[in-house]
Amino acid sequence: MRAVFKTSYDRDIDLHEHGRSRAKIAVLLVVMAALPFLVGDYYLAEAANTLIWALAGMGLMVAVGHTGQVSLGHAAFLAVGAYADTALMNLGLPFLLSFPLAGLIAGLFGALLAVPAVRMSGIYLAIATLAMFVIVEELVILLEPITGGVGGLMAPSIGIFGISFDRYAALPNFYWLCLAVTALVTWGYANLMRSPTGRSFLAVRDSEISARALGINVTRTRSLAFGLSSGVTGLAGALMGHYIGFFNYELFSIFISINLLLVVTIGGLGFIQGAFLGAILITAMPQFIAILRDNVNATTGIDLSGIPGLDTLVFSLILIGFIIYEPAGLYGRWLKMRFWLEVFPLARRDMFRRQKTYLKTERMR
Amino acid sequence: MSLLQVEDLAIQFGGVRAVDGVSFAVEPGEVFAIIGPNGAGKSTIFNLISRIYQPSQGRIRFDGRDITGLRAHEFAGLGIARTFQNIELFDHSTVLDNLLMGRHSHRSTNFVEDILFLPKVRRAERAHRERVEQVIEFLELEAYRNKMIAGLPYGVRKVVEIGRALAIGPRLILLDEPASGLSVEETREVAFWIEDMRRDMGLTVVMVEHDMSLVTRVCDRVLAVANGRPLALGSPAEVQANRDVKAAYLGTETAA
Repeated sequence: MRAVFKTSYDRDIDLHEHGRSRAKIAVLLVVMAALPFLVGDYYLAEAANTLIWALAGMGLMVAVGHTGQVSLGHAAFLAVGAYADTALMNLGLPFLLSFPLAGLIAGLFGALLAVPAVRMSGIYLAIATLAMFVIVEELVILLEPITGGVGGLMAPSIGIFGISFDRYAALPNFYWLCLAVTALVTWGYANLMRSPTGRSFLAVRDSEISARALGINVTRTRSLAFGLSSGVTGLAGALMGHYIGFFNYELFSIFISINLLLVVTIGGLGFIQGAFLGAILITAMPQFIAILRDNVNATTGIDLSGIPGLDTLVFSLILIGFIIYEPAGLYGRWLKMRFWLEVFPLARRDMFRRQKTYLKTERMR
Repeated sequence: MSLLQVEDLAIQFGGVRAVDGVSFAVEPGEVFAIIGPNGAGKSTIFNLISRIYQPSQGRIRFDGRDITGLRAHEFAGLGIARTFQNIELFDHSTVLDNLLMGRHSHRSTNFVEDILFLPKVRRAERAHRERVEQVIEFLELEAYRNKMIAGLPYGVRKVVEIGRALAIGPRLILLDEPASGLSVEETREVAFWIEDMRRDMGLTVVMVEHDMSLVTRVCDRVLAVANGRPLALGSPAEVQANRDVKAAYLGTETAA
């Protein structure tokens, strides 16, 4: 087990506890940046997709993992981001302006909707966000001049200072764009979580009543969290629009919302890393199943592609397995494994079991 | 002038008058206890003062200012801290983070500055940490600094909650049953801390407590309530000798 000798408060305030963890992140960033030289176009596009999902996952993580607000409507903010960005670009705005504006619009939209919704919690909030999603879906169809209605929209090609970041014509550039946005948002997210704002999110999640007693305005904090959450998801939506190229309201279906929720729960609720692990799993799993199926076909001659819904079945089984056997998610599992290795051979079975609280009442809620 | 003044406070839940015409005044630097049998309305008085419930009648003044209309999250900023009977800590955070959350009412940065983590945020964080470390030292919580609340024993959680209230930097601290569920040794420690809070930090303490040994040891004055109504107000010895108080706890002799 590594013991860090702390000589100043800054060691606790810094993002990384020690140089090695800082180096690990740096190596990861370098490898990710070098990816276009290492893999082909197919895998690079998949990597870009994973980054976009991780970005959207981080957006949802702020609400679900760190503020305890379940949302079934986050596909709506993906839609708002995608349509806002494309509409602004069609008006002639450069991507460098339309992209942050799309995030801002999605964020303000989310914060506004949150004002009535944040007074609810748990399943009621989930239903309210679902309603929100339906409203956005209908709006997209109704606002045909902007959104193209049922027919959909073509996302314009991205150009920044004359350099093309087009999804097809300049895939490495598009990938780097996704990577840069994701890295920046991750940095901001990590900063948030070590600051008073992030702590107020956690406070609201764990005990509203004592959050109030400490001077935290619960309604405002939850609206802020929801706004930030939808803003980041909106950014992901804008990128997703460019990634898909041509989209209509069907792209942002309820299944996207559910998948996003799976990203954060399977990744590990309450961990930024969880959004990434969940995104990797969700985007890689269908491909992995397809490859496996082709392999089975090639080696044994059994053609499984004729069975409808097989992919979905395997996919759902894996997800259900995770929810039953590892509620802490992939990142939670990783923490347990690391802990087990660090204290080897002293780890005990109950070290991670959550202690029951017998003295909790619902009386004052 | 009294630091906390409660005048004719009352609240009604349906047909039940949980608190009915309670008045008292707490002087600066005083340790004041509210006692009474179960269901007497002690915690309700606390929740009325810290605006979890809205009183149906009466006034509350803090430092001469009428605070009856304020909202729950505005109290910490005034310098009023409280703990809860059933421990309301943030279970999935460390002790250190819990105490830092207590500094919320002193935050000087907004969320945009926080996301960018400007140098001013770091400076503020250092200052908060320094203040929190004083609390950790005072309550001897050094060994638990980086431990998750969810894994801590009950007695330690109780102390962490007092620490979080102290991190606010309050003038008045409301302790809701600080000794409930604690061992004799732990209760004695709580008594020391309450005495130190008064002496070294100049705090005014109002507490709800069942443990009469703690009350007689640290309190200047005691208010006894039963069925939401005040029974007696005076020194611990006076209140314990009061006939009505005895009757409320033990029943009347004539009724037997």
